[in-house]
Amino acid sequence: MRGMTTIVKTVTRGMAGIIFLYGVYVVLHGHLTPGGGFGGGVAIGAAFVLHILANGSREAETDARKSRSALVESFGTFGFWVLAIVGLISGTVYFYNFVSKGTLFRLLSAGFLPLANIVIGAEVAGAIVVVFITLASLEIGGEK
Amino acid sequence: MKELLPLFVAIPLGLAFLMPVFGRISRFLPDVLGNVATLALAVLSCMAINSPTIVYKVGGWEPVKGAVIGIYMVLDGLTVVMLLIVNIVGFLVCLYSVEYMRRYTDKARFYTLFLLMMTGMNGVIITGDLFNVFVFLEISAIASYALVAFGTESEELEAAFKYQVMGSVASGFILVALSVFYWLTGTLNMADGGKALVEQGQSVGALFACGLFLMGFALKGAIMPFHAWLPDAHPSAPAPISAMLSGVFIKATGIYVLCRVLFNVFGLSLTTSHVLMTLGALSMIAGVFLAIGQWDMKRLFAYHSISQMGYVVMGVGIGTPLGILGGLFHLMNHSTFKSLLFLNSGAVDYSTDNRDLQKMGGLNQRMPVTGATSLVASMSIAGIPPFNGFWSKLIIILAAVEAGHYSLAGLAVLGSIMTLASFLKVQKYAFFGRLSPVWEKVKEAPALMCVSMVLLAVLCVGMGLLLLPGVKEGLLDKAVAVLTDGRKYANVVLGK
Amino acid sequence: MIPLLLAFFLFLIGLYGTAVKRNLIKIAIGLSIMEYATFLILALIGYREGGKPPIMVKGIQEKTLVDPLPQALVLTAIVIGLATTALLLSIAVRIYHKYGTFDVNEIRKLKG
Repeated sequence: MRGMTTIVKTVTRGMAGIIFLYGVYVVLHGHLTPGGGFGGGVAIGAAFVLHILANGSREAETDARKSRSALVESFGTFGFWVLAIVGLISGTVYFYNFVSKGTLFRLLSAGFLPLANIVIGAEVAGAIVVVFITLASLEIGGEK
Repeated sequence: MKELLPLFVAIPLGLAFLMPVFGRISRFLPDVLGNVATLALAVLSCMAINSPTIVYKVGGWEPVKGAVIGIYMVLDGLTVVMLLIVNIVGFLVCLYSVEYMRRYTDKARFYTLFLLMMTGMNGVIITGDLFNVFVFLEISAIASYALVAFGTESEELEAAFKYQVMGSVASGFILVALSVFYWLTGTLNMADGGKALVEQGQSVGALFACGLFLMGFALKGAIMPFHAWLPDAHPSAPAPISAMLSGVFIKATGIYVLCRVLFNVFGLSLTTSHVLMTLGALSMIAGVFLAIGQWDMKRLFAYHSISQMGYVVMGVGIGTPLGILGGLFHLMNHSTFKSLLFLNSGAVDYSTDNRDLQKMGGLNQRMPVTGATSLVASMSIAGIPPFNGFWSKLIIILAAVEAGHYSLAGLAVLGSIMTLASFLKVQKYAFFGRLSPVWEKVKEAPALMCVSMVLLAVLCVGMGLLLLPGVKEGLLDKAVAVLTDGRKYANVVLGK
Repeated sequence: MIPLLLAFFLFLIGLYGTAVKRNLIKIAIGLSIMEYATFLILALIGYREGGKPPIMVKGIQEKTLVDPLPQALVLTAIVIGLATTALLLSIAVRIYHKYGTFDVNEIRKLKG
């Protein structure tokens, strides 16, 4: 897929990083403000999609990026499964909240919810990038 | 058993995502691990047979001031029966697909999707919370849409598209019904909601939610008039997937949840019973009449699935303990013989590359194991003693006569006769008769495929033994008891 | 009550699109409209009269909050809808490669 004009490329160079940071902020504060893993993950994925759209598939190295994002997505899903299993293995219940719940309104409170948000954010971002690259490389005339 | 309950969901889910990684390490690792996982699940479900009713609160969230706030996993009599069917048939199909899927590329991804489908079905069966049912339903449904399209030929893609559109419409109905249910009762838990509905009595909202649930789950279970996706989707999938879809998927995600919601949450009223009996009788007769004219082997089997599901729904809709026993027993039997039939058609397809009945003939001489197991399965589905189909159909007909619905009993007998006719046709054209010279070089199916087919045939013969007086109390009577005093489910679950 | 009826009307529009339209992509869009209508219905059911957003802010004690449970359900269902739509559209693009058309009436190899 071809890239876009120079104006778009220049603006994207600045904006993509800011969108990525915003997505990370939403993911980390998932237990204090609305959003959390899903919404923040979509924002992180959108930053990468913006980069690919603006620069074209050759400069953005879509093939290598696809396998890296698939790896990130698999680790996200597997990490969530590990968080659920820890409770089961250590003798308590499935999905037990094993990290201590700190004081209210601080960043490191609410048990293992921040960890769960981080892995879900990684997974959703990886999934969006992989889906976008797969659907965009199925061109109408024939496969690439 | 209480601590092992989440393993039904945790084991296949964890392994599913690691399969592509294993596929890159070695070529045999996905096969071995997939079969070990399904064998472990089958053993776990056998261990669950004599356990008392267990309620497992996920995350340890106890009820706060009487309001249920966690997700419950419930193991009672009906759950045990369904877990046995799903996991044992799943293990045998997984054994079969080691050889069959060699023809397709990317076997590791196949195991990922297959294990995800098992996760979804196990999750739907053991959960006690309605939104959790929806989530696991969607997990297994999406895996099955991708599995139907696995070969990416043009017919398979077209069938997968139609199947997916109808399945998503059904999920939409279920979600709307769920929201109306939440609005009425303020809780998502099945036991708590059932209790609240009893206190509120009949209302328009409850009737609306009940009707929408019926439409959604009837679409998932391929009851007439919502059956249109089944004759296209089931033949196009690879044979082990057709066996899973027809054998356990439409039961676990369609009929089982329908029974659970209608009997335990809403309670069986006279109207619901009449609707179930009518839809069941309609599916039964229309399915058989549409099936006789088919010449494609798998399409004929798919139409018969519709008809046999009609038997189950009619039996369960009669409402008496004998009727529910007949319906549930027929559910169990149908998984064994229908999956065996589809696995047979897969073996025939593997050896001869052909599914058209008019071109086959005399395969018994070349493929003795396939022919013998196919004969066993055909006699089971047609209801010939002493195979298992005979006993369950007999109980359904007796229940219809006992409840006074003589017309339904007559229709059931008619359906049985037509089923016998169509399977005599399959046997005559495919297996008996003269061996046409085209098939001289045909060989028997590979060893692992034969092993799973023979094991399923043994189950077909032996399941009639489940009706013996000592064994019946252990397994079937507990399942029937869950459905006959439906509203007591709430007290049992909330009391723990 | 009025927003709920309007959301249900949107659901019926999506159902009409799925059932009647002939182009594969229009069927997929009708399905998406149907799903989004169900999310709207689910989120609207959680409304309480005079309620504030269900977030605890330091130092402010609120009396009536809107029900947060349907909002969590909608988040989960949105992600499920995303996966379904992605799969549906990939199948649709592959069908276009094999058949050369998006018209449902021409994609009819399976008969009977």
